[in-house]
Amino acid sequence: MLVVVSILAFAFVHLLPGDPARMMAGDDADQATIEMLRKELGMDRPLPVQYLTYMKNLATGDLGTSLRTKLPVFDEIMLRYGPTMYLAIMGMAWSVIIGVLFGAAAAIYNGKWQDYTAMMLSVSGISVPQFWLGLLAIQFFAVYLGWLPVAGYTGKFSELILPSFTLGATVAAVMARFTLSAFLDVLDEEYISTARAKGVVESLVMWKHAFRNALIPVVTMVGLQFGFLLGGSVVVETVFAWPGLGRYMIEAVGVRDYPVLQALLLLYSFHFVFINLLVDMVYALINPEIRYE
Amino acid sequence: MSKDIVLTQKKTPFSIFRHKLKQRKTAMIAGVFIVLLVLVAIFAPLVAPHDPFQTDYSISMMPPSFEYPAGTDLYGRDILSRIIYGARISLAVGFTSVLVGALAGVTLGIISGFFGGFLDGIIMRTSDVLFAFPGILLAIAIVAILGPGLVNVVVAVSVFSMPTFARIVRGSTLALKESLYVRAATSLGASKKRLMFVHILPGTLSGVIIYFTMRIGTSIITAASLSFLGLGAQPPTPEWGAMLAESRDYIGVADHMTIFPGIAIFLTVLFFNLFGDGLRAALDPKTK
Repeated sequence: MLVVVSILAFAFVHLLPGDPARMMAGDDADQATIEMLRKELGMDRPLPVQYLTYMKNLATGDLGTSLRTKLPVFDEIMLRYGPTMYLAIMGMAWSVIIGVLFGAAAAIYNGKWQDYTAMMLSVSGISVPQFWLGLLAIQFFAVYLGWLPVAGYTGKFSELILPSFTLGATVAAVMARFTLSAFLDVLDEEYISTARAKGVVESLVMWKHAFRNALIPVVTMVGLQFGFLLGGSVVVETVFAWPGLGRYMIEAVGVRDYPVLQALLLLYSFHFVFINLLVDMVYALINPEIRYE
Repeated sequence: MSKDIVLTQKKTPFSIFRHKLKQRKTAMIAGVFIVLLVLVAIFAPLVAPHDPFQTDYSISMMPPSFEYPAGTDLYGRDILSRIIYGARISLAVGFTSVLVGALAGVTLGIISGFFGGFLDGIIMRTSDVLFAFPGILLAIAIVAILGPGLVNVVVAVSVFSMPTFARIVRGSTLALKESLYVRAATSLGASKKRLMFVHILPGTLSGVIIYFTMRIGTSIITAASLSFLGLGAQPPTPEWGAMLAESRDYIGVADHMTIFPGIAIFLTVLFFNLFGDGLRAALDPKTK
């Protein structure tokens, strides 16, 4: 799977229009200089050879050098990796807490106003564009109330609140819907009727018997949505001037910095594959039935 | 005696569907809104109070007033008119990209499910790879190759709609292939093409229609996001995402520039999602 993705990422990037060597050399460079640069970059060799060289270098942590800054791509990415992960994990935390609570509330008060409010909020959360939500949050909490910083990141927690909340909002909405349906499925199970028939207090049935079991499918969702969060970070990082991978990617697209794009695509796909694997493992751990199937 | 004879109206699947959909008030309201929006988009030149491209620096960034209900932007252009023209772009981009994605996805899904084996393997592995990427990242990568612009945004969004359509259709094709009526058609000697497109395809459509509606909302958001990032519509096109990108530097100075285009995206997507939810409930044979 990773090999396929790496070939795709490589092919993708080499399909980019525009000749990087010509761009590096500048507008008034003559043909000879461009040819020399191309040779230097190894771009005169056939594509499969270039791919194998790339993969060989990759194994030693060499991702090439950025065409724009002439610095190793590896170092550039490392610089931005932390802020993005920090943002994504915090966004995930928000969305799990908010989403699961709202979803559970909607299930417990199924058919009542709490259910409708939670689901209306949820469908709104799915429909709102993240960049607009971010702009509104800046407008309200940073500009008018002045409670939180407008944008940027220097390491303070207060700077994380608005971006992570914005990033987590859509996923929170998805989580709420998913928790609701998982919860309702569990409530149909026979052991819930049994518990009720035994005379267990309703609140205990809900929180001990139903809630815990409803959480099992939710865990899978956390993993699947993490990829979505990483994708959303591209937009949110741009809105909040966050020094992470997402904004770096947009910058790289703008100047056709193809070693950077290639590395980022690989890095992202590596994360998605790894997360899916992790989800499968965690799932087997919390749900013993899986092993027998 | 003859009075006892009651003519029972024949219940076609469509009348049941219509009845169920009517019961869902939110979905009906959403449907009405969508129709209105489409009308506004079609008749934009008649509805819009001003020319969306007319600049006038003497009225730069004016707050909402009677003359300019949503205020004016940096260049003194009427924001309401720009939003109305923007509806054309957003609806067209959302609809075409999902349509292209659906056509390609449905075809691939039927082929995959019907023939199985090697073809199925290739199609499904490719869609797995596409799945591994969140939509917006894939779209950015595609726009990076093709260059910025609205047409390329449509291509990018259709590519990432494709795998889900393929999967939905493949799943129902697998089930329908074994159904009695398809077997009967096979034994009557129907050609493969006929089996696929006349007998199996209609059975997969309800899933496709639901997903189609839900997907339009997502596509509108993604297209607007790409324009916001500067990869989609280019100025002076009155695209909602691009309008928000222009408003970014004036937060706290001219808030109406951020608020109104955002509301337009939000409500449009919201109503498509609500309508999709209603459709799903109405087409689901389990609900009454």
